Amino acid sequence: MQYPDQLRYSSSHEWVSADGKNAKIGISDFAQHSLGDIVFIQLPEIGASVKVGDSVCEIESVKAASSIYTPVSGKITAVNEALNDTPELVNQKPYDAYIFVVEMSDPSEINTLLDSKKYAELCEKESGAH
Amino acid sequence: MNIKNTPIYESHLRADARMTEFAGWNLPIQYTGIIDEALHCRKSVSLFDTCHMGQFSFKGDIQKSGIENAFCFPISDIKIGRCRYGFILNGIGGIIDDLIVYRIAQDELMIVVNAATTENDFLTIGQDIGGGCEYKNISDITAKIDIQGPLSRDLMAERFGEQIRSIPYFGFIRMSIMGKDAIVSRTGYTGELGYEIYIDASVAAKLWDSLCGDSRVKPAGLGARDILRLEMGYCLYGSDIDDMTSPIEADLGVFVVTDKEYRGIRGILQQKEQGVPRIRAGFITHSRRSPRHGYKIFYDDVMSGEITSGTFSPTLNSGIGMGYIDTALAKPGTKVVLSDGRVSVDAEIAEFPLYKNGTVRNK
Repeated sequence: MQYPDQLRYSSSHEWVSADGKNAKIGISDFAQHSLGDIVFIQLPEIGASVKVGDSVCEIESVKAASSIYTPVSGKITAVNEALNDTPELVNQKPYDAYIFVVEMSDPSEINTLLDSKKYAELCEKESGAH
Repeated sequence: MNIKNTPIYESHLRADARMTEFAGWNLPIQYTGIIDEALHCRKSVSLFDTCHMGQFSFKGDIQKSGIENAFCFPISDIKIGRCRYGFILNGIGGIIDDLIVYRIAQDELMIVVNAATTENDFLTIGQDIGGGCEYKNISDITAKIDIQGPLSRDLMAERFGEQIRSIPYFGFIRMSIMGKDAIVSRTGYTGELGYEIYIDASVAAKLWDSLCGDSRVKPAGLGARDILRLEMGYCLYGSDIDDMTSPIEADLGVFVVTDKEYRGIRGILQQKEQGVPRIRAGFITHSRRSPRHGYKIFYDDVMSGEITSGTFSPTLNSGIGMGYIDTALAKPGTKVVLSDGRVSVDAEIAEFPLYKNGTVRNK
């Protein structure tokens, strides 16, 4: 299981890659592995204002339908259109296949997210609970 | 409760399977990926570990023993070498289990039941059996491996002899495999040409490993099994049918007779005569969103039923499922909305099997 050091993570298994005010968001290797084969992603609406913890889109695997929550507040400025036709990219390359981009209203929110070490511990704990 | 391992457990670990608890058993949910495994079964041969399922043996006079009364379908006229699908019911006609009865000999049966219901089934059927019979739960010593897929007949014939080719649908032969008595039946849960092997648990892992060595074969887990059975419209006991559901509501009345005595017959007769308010139907979304267990079914904004199983079908490239809906609405083509309050999915009622090209009945 990979958790790149340069990313931050939410406890609901999204990753964030911040560049100035822009945050690219996807789901972690742990999340894609738990979901299994992903077959559909309902991308969020560009322009929508979102707050930390809002459910912004839906992801369906063969096994289940789940929500994706935004780990930062702001405005959605882009979505990864490639996922409309090839949602399996999230299984194949979870850290390349971002889902949406948020222009952050408060970039300091990043500091409240988990670093790779703490996130790896969380995943360890959750997989041990099964 | 202790979770049990099947005799093939070690092989699953070696194959890097992802394991899950199912009906008290540790079973593989997937090996390489659920979609891959489902597609492989539709074009080649897949192996399923079904050792969790239960088997009972019965020896005695079938007519005099009373065992006939345990089932809502006829037993005594099953020919030797054939098997039959059906149910045992409770007093109100609810399904205690769905099962298959094998006619091994004139005075000998094997009964194959679901894992979670094994103990209760054994007691329930036992109530109808009189003295002088031998009736045993042989689940612990019996392994079961399913070999399913369009190439399974060729593979099985090469491996176990040409007599495999002569087994008709819902027929079986007794033979020796790896020095043990085995039963090979042409049955399954995938909609493809396929076989189920019942054999002594001590050789199950060796048999599994040896079959897996063939380049046409891949193991498949519970995830793929669920897709394949849903594409065919086969029920999963505990999800789609249970003791509060009758075979008539499940639209499985064809497996129920009314000209003999059995527990639950009054309920069945009443339902056959008066009809049922809800009935099982198939659903297709024509999109990549899937029906899910527990989604409510809405017709014209009115709640009209509930989904009991659903998944994504890679073969049909669409969400599929089954559930119970007001009988008046249960017509192919009826447009409905499926929702759990959070997610809403458009769907249409479709006739079973949803996947029409299965090789299960190939001559």
